[in-house]
Amino acid sequence: MSKKRDAKKIVYESARDFPQMPMSQGSMLWNKTGSWRNIRPEIHLEKCTQCGICWKFCPDMSIVIENEFPAVDYDYCKGCGICAAECPMKCIVMVEERK
Amino acid sequence: MSKQKKMTLTLPTEELVGSGNLACQGCGANLALRYVLKAFGKRTAICIPACCWAVIDGPFPYSCLGIPVYHCAFETAASTATGVKAGLEMIGDTETQVIAWAGDGGTFDIGIQSLSAAAERNDDILYVCYDNEAYMNTGIQRSSATPTGAWTTTTPVKFPKDQPKKDIDAIMAAHRIPYQATASIAYPEDLYKKAVKAKNIRGTKFIHVLAPCPTGWKSRPEDAVKLARLAVQTSYFPLYEVEDGEKYTLNFKIQNKKSIDEYLKLQGRFRHLKPEAIAAIQAEVDRNWDRLLKKVTAR
Repeated sequence: MSKKRDAKKIVYESARDFPQMPMSQGSMLWNKTGSWRNIRPEIHLEKCTQCGICWKFCPDMSIVIENEFPAVDYDYCKGCGICAAECPMKCIVMVEERK
Repeated sequence: MSKQKKMTLTLPTEELVGSGNLACQGCGANLALRYVLKAFGKRTAICIPACCWAVIDGPFPYSCLGIPVYHCAFETAASTATGVKAGLEMIGDTETQVIAWAGDGGTFDIGIQSLSAAAERNDDILYVCYDNEAYMNTGIQRSSATPTGAWTTTTPVKFPKDQPKKDIDAIMAAHRIPYQATASIAYPEDLYKKAVKAKNIRGTKFIHVLAPCPTGWKSRPEDAVKLARLAVQTSYFPLYEVEDGEKYTLNFKIQNKKSIDEYLKLQGRFRHLKPEAIAAIQAEVDRNWDRLLKKVTAR
């Protein structure tokens, strides 16, 4: 996936390395927002009807489509619970995060 | 899992808003830009004044958007977009679209002069106001988009806001711009359709999106989409389009209007309201709805 390739933090060794114009140099993918959550979604695919509603309403683009079924990208899921609340079949459950 | 059915996707799969952004959990503004950029595609430049999205996009060497972003001053979203569009036309690029993406503070209060000026000149830009009904980015201060009775840090429970929400859509309709619409994140197909329509119209376009903010509305993050849906179903935020300031089209016909109580009780910012205050809000919502129906039927 292209996400893994871009997930690098930009480090400037000295002031000379700064770009001349304040322009963005990379994406925010280094910021693993998955560490923000305290509840995590789990998808039980037995009941899934592939309606795509969880994918449609995810604010963090962390529901990805794998083999025509939804899967959660736990690197970036912030644990808001919109997917579990909106799933018409109730096949997404929010469980407590364990460390 | 033996079935090999295709997943039903009602929107394109191209994502121009990247993961790892700094939005709060359950952010409505994030969803709004995601749907608009799905419609606009890669050949777009976006101008963002000081608003939540100036933070969500990321700090200096990073940007979570896959398109060029111009961070401009608070009051200049529309005029910056006009300038970017003029510059593009000067170098012969007529294809690239320019979006001004401002919050409700940057549209209703601070940026209204530049928006009004751009609408008067009929510059070819799309102005999107994602409305989270207060200055959420700076710490939930009251704006002129805040509804009556809502708690904010500058209108505490003892002194709630008395004034109703400013009717920005009527103000924009008075400018006779080619296209304007209201949209909600709970109806992404509708928002996508409106963005595609706006893309194919030359002139100033205005879209007003209701974007729930769980942090500022003191609601649960998982209710964000539900709140946006209830706002439409209670006719608090009806979905309609206006062409040339005259032709009103209602997109979501409400058969059984829900009581505003259902919408208010999910939000902590309305917890202090007494039944009389709720009845007053209901009367205000009904009055606005009747006013809109008159415009739709008048043509």
